[in-house]
Amino acid sequence: MDTDLSSQDRKDLDKFIKFFALKTVQVIVQARLGEKICTRSSSSPTGSDWFNLAIKDIPEVTHEAKKALAGQLPAVGRSMCVEISLKTSEGDSMELEIWCLEMNEKCDKEIKVSYTVYNRLSLLLKSLLAITRVTPAYRLSRKQGHEYVILYRIYFGEVQLSGLGEGFQTVRVGTVGTPVGTITLSCAYRINLAFMSTRAGEDNAAVYPSVEDSQEVCTTSFSTSPPSQLSSSRLSYQPAALGVGSADMGYPVLFAGGLNAAHPHQVLLIGPGKEGGVPPVPNQPAHGTQADQERMCTPLDGVYYSAATPSSSEDTETVSNSSEGKCGSPHDLLETIFIRKVGAFVNKPINQVTMANLDIPFAMFAPKNVELEDNDPMVNPPESPETESPLQGSLHSEGSSGSSTGNTHDDFVMIDFKPAFSKDDILPMDLGTFYREFQNPPQLSSLSIDIGAQSMAEDLDSLPEKLAVHEKNVKEFDAFVETLQ
Amino acid sequence: MVGTGRRCCGPSGATPAMNCRAEVLEVSVEGRQVEEAMLAVLHTILLHRSTGKFHYKKEGTYSIGTVGTQDVDCDFIDFAYVRVSSEELDRALRKAVGEFKDALRGSGSDGMGQISLEFYQKKKSRWPFSDECIPWELWTIKVNVVNLANEQERQICREKVGEKLCEKIINIVEVMNRHEYLPKMPTQSEVDNVFDTSLKDVQPYLYKISYQITDSLGTSVTTTMRRLIKDTLAL
Repeated sequence: MDTDLSSQDRKDLDKFIKFFALKTVQVIVQARLGEKICTRSSSSPTGSDWFNLAIKDIPEVTHEAKKALAGQLPAVGRSMCVEISLKTSEGDSMELEIWCLEMNEKCDKEIKVSYTVYNRLSLLLKSLLAITRVTPAYRLSRKQGHEYVILYRIYFGEVQLSGLGEGFQTVRVGTVGTPVGTITLSCAYRINLAFMSTRAGEDNAAVYPSVEDSQEVCTTSFSTSPPSQLSSSRLSYQPAALGVGSADMGYPVLFAGGLNAAHPHQVLLIGPGKEGGVPPVPNQPAHGTQADQERMCTPLDGVYYSAATPSSSEDTETVSNSSEGKCGSPHDLLETIFIRKVGAFVNKPINQVTMANLDIPFAMFAPKNVELEDNDPMVNPPESPETESPLQGSLHSEGSSGSSTGNTHDDFVMIDFKPAFSKDDILPMDLGTFYREFQNPPQLSSLSIDIGAQSMAEDLDSLPEKLAVHEKNVKEFDAFVETLQ
Repeated sequence: MVGTGRRCCGPSGATPAMNCRAEVLEVSVEGRQVEEAMLAVLHTILLHRSTGKFHYKKEGTYSIGTVGTQDVDCDFIDFAYVRVSSEELDRALRKAVGEFKDALRGSGSDGMGQISLEFYQKKKSRWPFSDECIPWELWTIKVNVVNLANEQERQICREKVGEKLCEKIINIVEVMNRHEYLPKMPTQSEVDNVFDTSLKDVQPYLYKISYQITDSLGTSVTTTMRRLIKDTLAL
């Protein structure tokens, strides 16, 4: 097959392919570090920049790539693959992309090795630089940190795409024909970013496909967080970009965040993209609310539904339902997990609430007596408010303590404002009253109606005199105006 | 460096030569996204159409400098792209795109226009004829500027345009890797007929950028900006 190739050309070609493979790995891995890459152009050739491109060599990556290659070169049936995966702080992982450097049997005997092949490999590397920024994993990798990290793995042998899930997309970066075969560089990337992970007791290694035919397997993680933080950090919540024309947008990104370790399931839902394009990933950084232990917040259509310590089976059923219905049924979630949130100071005994634990702020202020629903102010609001607000009552220091019990039918429990350490007998008015009276500066006298009316009347009377004076000085004014022009 | 008014070509480069490869890309963007979208596409094309600086040696061989690259994040689009690390080149493109954007905004425009990036070779002619510019690749980006009503639509537009640009980058890369016609590597005396050697750190193929705005009447107003080689002589 390569009898026409001179030995020097053959040597050169092998060298080009080897360094091309190493540089390919560097470009891919560096594009997934989560940082912006910047290298300088140099007009003077340094002699060490392969393919006339400034691509830094991370020694560890080169080492791993060489280990995977083990002195061999990509050939027919022997491809070099770089697998990019995502690993969450909870220990779940998911393959995102497989970059394949393959060789097929189609040879181009006429091509010049030292010139054309080299330049085309250089062009292919530039294409790789461009393409590594347009697959979905790039944006995920830019946001990696406490919640998840991006990992890479290099293997040599048969390409394994099964870990990418159903319906993965492929993009071809480019091909270069050589006298010994055609080099092809492509990327297969996951579209369906949904997976169910299980907690302790299940083998998480099953998520990660075994590599039977590979000669070398290595897993190295690049992370912006130190390893100690990964185990304790939580998935942060990312609100979905729902809204107008959701059908056109494809499906939103939902991270069901903050489920504590007691829950058996945790679901990440990222829907497929539209029209075969890359799936949309929201631009918002992971700034979503850190869900606490008690609530699961799932904002759909911008509304937060809260559940008070949901039972685990109900919860997962809800969430898994939503994964089937994609974004189309927020109401299902609403029905299942919504409870009537009890407002502060509402006179509602605990045993009347049907759902599990009730979470009333300031529950100790709520009267404990049993009430029928007819008397419930939430259902039947009181008809007329008090003539003066209790606050104003206490302002005039009239038995303000009388308002403390409040009306049992009121929504509010009035508490007399007694500032700490104040005593009534020393000061003519108590500290609270003093504070209320003098909290704001007094109104300006000119703004009060009586005084304002007086000054206006005076102004009107003096107007004719003022006009007369101004008319006398007209010439001065005109001269002044002219100096301004 | 762009558009000093000296002509190096005969007729306007609007009509490509018979073997000129022509590619057309279309994007719909919001007004404030025009600049970034155009820069992303033009930089991606020029990344593939730029080499390191040539240094010719006595024996007729040459060595090539190194091209650096850098990531650029867009502010108004959910998108990032790679460009050549050359401030001169970036400035030249920004200037061209800025003029295009201003023309799009100008009165009489209904928000439609196109910007063209043409790669050409110069063919020296004898006096008194001026040098001929022979285009060999023409990229046309058609732009449609949309007006959005509220912030929610803008957010959707950010993401949608980002996706569209990803598709455009993939299209560009696909064309580039067809390995179709490229000018032959020139000798030292011919290098300025093929490459723009005016930049100090990189060497793109000779190119020129022009744009057309469709005004509300549907007619097109052509404005051509000519990019010159530093040692071009005016006749």
